[in-house]
Amino acid sequence: MGVIILLLGASLTVALGFLAAFIWSVKHGQFEDDFSPAHRILFEDKTTNNND
Amino acid sequence: MSDTMQTQVACFHCGEDCNNSPVMMAEKTFCCEGCKLVYEILHQNNLCEYYDLNAQPGVNQRMQVRRDKFAFLEDEKVQQHLIQFKDETQVHVTFYLPQIHCSSCLWLLENLHRLNKGVQRVTVNFSKKEAFIIYDHSATSLRAVAEVLTAIGYEPYISLNDMKEKKPTVQRKMVYQLGVAGFCFGNIMLLSFPEYFSGSGHTDAAMNRMFQFMNLGLSLPVFFYSAQAFYKSAWGGLKHGFLNIDVPIVLAIWVTFIRSLTEVATGNSGYFDSMTGIVFFMLIGRILQEKTYQGLSFDRDYTSYFPIAVSVIKEGNPVPTTLPDIKINDTLLIHHQELIPADGIISRGEALIDYSFVTGEAAPVKKSVGEIVYAGGRQMGGNIEVLTIKEVAQSYLTSLWNRDELKKESDTNTSFVHLLSQYFTWVVLLIAVVTATVWAVKDPARIWPSVTAILIIACPCALLLASSFTNGHILRILSRHKLYLRNAQSIENLANTTHIVFDKTGTLTGKSGTEVRYVGDTLSPMQEMMISSLAAQSTHPLSNAINNYCGNSSSYPVREFKETAGDGISGWIENQYIRMGSAAFVGIDPKEEQDGSVVYIGFNEKPVGLFTVRNGYRPGIRGMLENIRNHYNLSVLSGDNTREAASLRILMGSSATLRFEQKPTDKLDYIIHLRQHGEKVLMIGDGLNDAGALRQSDIGISVAESTNNFTPASDGIIEAQQLSMLPAFIRLCKANKHIVIISFIMSLAYNITGLYFAVQGILSPLVAAILMPASSISIILLTYSMSEIYGKRLSDKGLSANA
Repeated sequence: MGVIILLLGASLTVALGFLAAFIWSVKHGQFEDDFSPAHRILFEDKTTNNND
Repeated sequence: MSDTMQTQVACFHCGEDCNNSPVMMAEKTFCCEGCKLVYEILHQNNLCEYYDLNAQPGVNQRMQVRRDKFAFLEDEKVQQHLIQFKDETQVHVTFYLPQIHCSSCLWLLENLHRLNKGVQRVTVNFSKKEAFIIYDHSATSLRAVAEVLTAIGYEPYISLNDMKEKKPTVQRKMVYQLGVAGFCFGNIMLLSFPEYFSGSGHTDAAMNRMFQFMNLGLSLPVFFYSAQAFYKSAWGGLKHGFLNIDVPIVLAIWVTFIRSLTEVATGNSGYFDSMTGIVFFMLIGRILQEKTYQGLSFDRDYTSYFPIAVSVIKEGNPVPTTLPDIKINDTLLIHHQELIPADGIISRGEALIDYSFVTGEAAPVKKSVGEIVYAGGRQMGGNIEVLTIKEVAQSYLTSLWNRDELKKESDTNTSFVHLLSQYFTWVVLLIAVVTATVWAVKDPARIWPSVTAILIIACPCALLLASSFTNGHILRILSRHKLYLRNAQSIENLANTTHIVFDKTGTLTGKSGTEVRYVGDTLSPMQEMMISSLAAQSTHPLSNAINNYCGNSSSYPVREFKETAGDGISGWIENQYIRMGSAAFVGIDPKEEQDGSVVYIGFNEKPVGLFTVRNGYRPGIRGMLENIRNHYNLSVLSGDNTREAASLRILMGSSATLRFEQKPTDKLDYIIHLRQHGEKVLMIGDGLNDAGALRQSDIGISVAESTNNFTPASDGIIEAQQLSMLPAFIRLCKANKHIVIISFIMSLAYNITGLYFAVQGILSPLVAAILMPASSISIILLTYSMSEIYGKRLSDKGLSANA
């Protein structure tokens, strides 16, 4: 009995964490642009002195 | 044509055909100096990775931007409207760059700091085609940033629209509501499991009681927060005396909630799982249905087309001035290719005005000093000075927006879903009353449980789910085929169309595909080359068309070239004097009425023949019109004169209405006239001259050569090459209604099963909990697969039509 209450509390807290994460990500526009972040990560940082 | 033997070389920068005069540099070919210039800039700054990420990623640079074009960005007042944030070190600004199209663009723009040391950071929003730029204003200026962007081929688009107050761009509230509803629904389902299986005797009564209270607690955010969208719409409907579909839904949500509260109070479990589930699924449907297309705008008015500032001559010097500050009697300096922002009288220079924006008439009009020019015309010749006689907002074109017909929201269309739900609600209420009277006689204690159960189970949420999911999915299928509709109501309006009205120029005819024909004495290849050489000297669209017809074979030097705006061009080649232009210019009697614009050719005072140039109809248009003319009433409204009446008549069929020389207000009045006669009007047009008609019709669709182009306010945007699929699109929209009705009938089967238990007052939470998600999910699957099947037919058609 007691352990179930503890588990329920834990699971609700975790779920609330995910809800908060979801709301945070929507608020910060993470679903606005699905192209740039996916491509930006593929660009290499070349050193500036290589020619061509 | 004479040059088909030559191999085509694609420009290293933009990928376009280099024609006969490629520009060479470092073993790379470019189509023009502009493209080469961009390459040079990038090469010098070690930014050639631009070309490694994608082949030929650039945008053609043949149209050069005037050097001082961005001088107005030095004006404090203009800056105020564009700059979002400014402190001692930084300035934040967002530019709209319509040229953004690939990952190379993304890479180059975000490396802008290597081209201009003052730029600190650039962040591109690809779907909105916007670049957010942070720069140090002690090291560079707004103008310099705009100019470096222009130099590498990304000219910022700055319009009068930027001066307006920015609206909040995205509606996120519904997404939050959905998140909360999903969280609560999931947890309530979890906590309800012991209850579902309480029959098997493994549960603890005290624990069940606790679960019931937790469910109650979890349902509160759904009831008070997530369901707000439905309350608002139901209340809005009731205020206007209209019983929309949200009214019975709100009733069901409230009855379920109150019933569940009393259940918990008396020691039982409620129907919180059903209630939160309904809200969750319906919110998903609503969000799907309200898909927005980033980068597309359905609300553009003239301010999106007009520049933010023009040069006003003050004490002899041009001063950049924002449009609202232009007063009557100001002298405006209009450069080549610039738009005239206010009605005025020409005070200096020869004007050659392209009014295609306003009237749809393709050929530029010649105006000289003392004549009136109207706002919206584009100057094709050199610089002119214009004395304004009206302010920007009161000008001929812009005043169209101030007409009363356009101001009121003509949103009287109501979906059949609402009508259906009304009948449904009355039937359900009738069943509830009958059940109540039966139980009143037999066992009054069972009135409350049975009546509430009927209202819960018979909520038309299945109907709403079916319609919103089908609408959402049909919108997606249409957007895959490059028809972008503004909202779900547009699907139904398109399906109900009875009368289709087309604009001619730019809609039925393409802007690029010109048809050139030659009548007269046979031209020798040498003569063709001479004509081509002369035509190449001029930038007039007719000259370009003739130059293309003669194979772009300009190889002779031209002496004493002279262009008389509106009349023609002349010059000496070898020892021949060649003139091209109007009949009077070439010095002969005009031939009888010709089809299209006519250019006469004279060699040494002797007329040789004539070219007719006209815009070609878009490919597939003929077949499309043959297909639809038996099913719909057709009209064509053209800003052009009647010279193409005969060929249009053949194209449109004998019953179609053809109207020529239509001004924007004429078009609008014609649409109003049709609607007063009970027609459901679909207007298809492009350009600002159709904007009033597009707004006034039941559904207005604007045609865009590519979605980068600007389109006037409308209910939908279609890519030009997809126009031939219009009949198939309308059929799909009609199928939309069938899918909704079939799904609804299936959900009725669920409802009747539920009602069978409900009228007896023995609906257990378990049955309700199984029935509700099962019906919702099966309806979603059904609408999805049926719209996919109809959409598949569309793809097959598209393939065979393009083949």
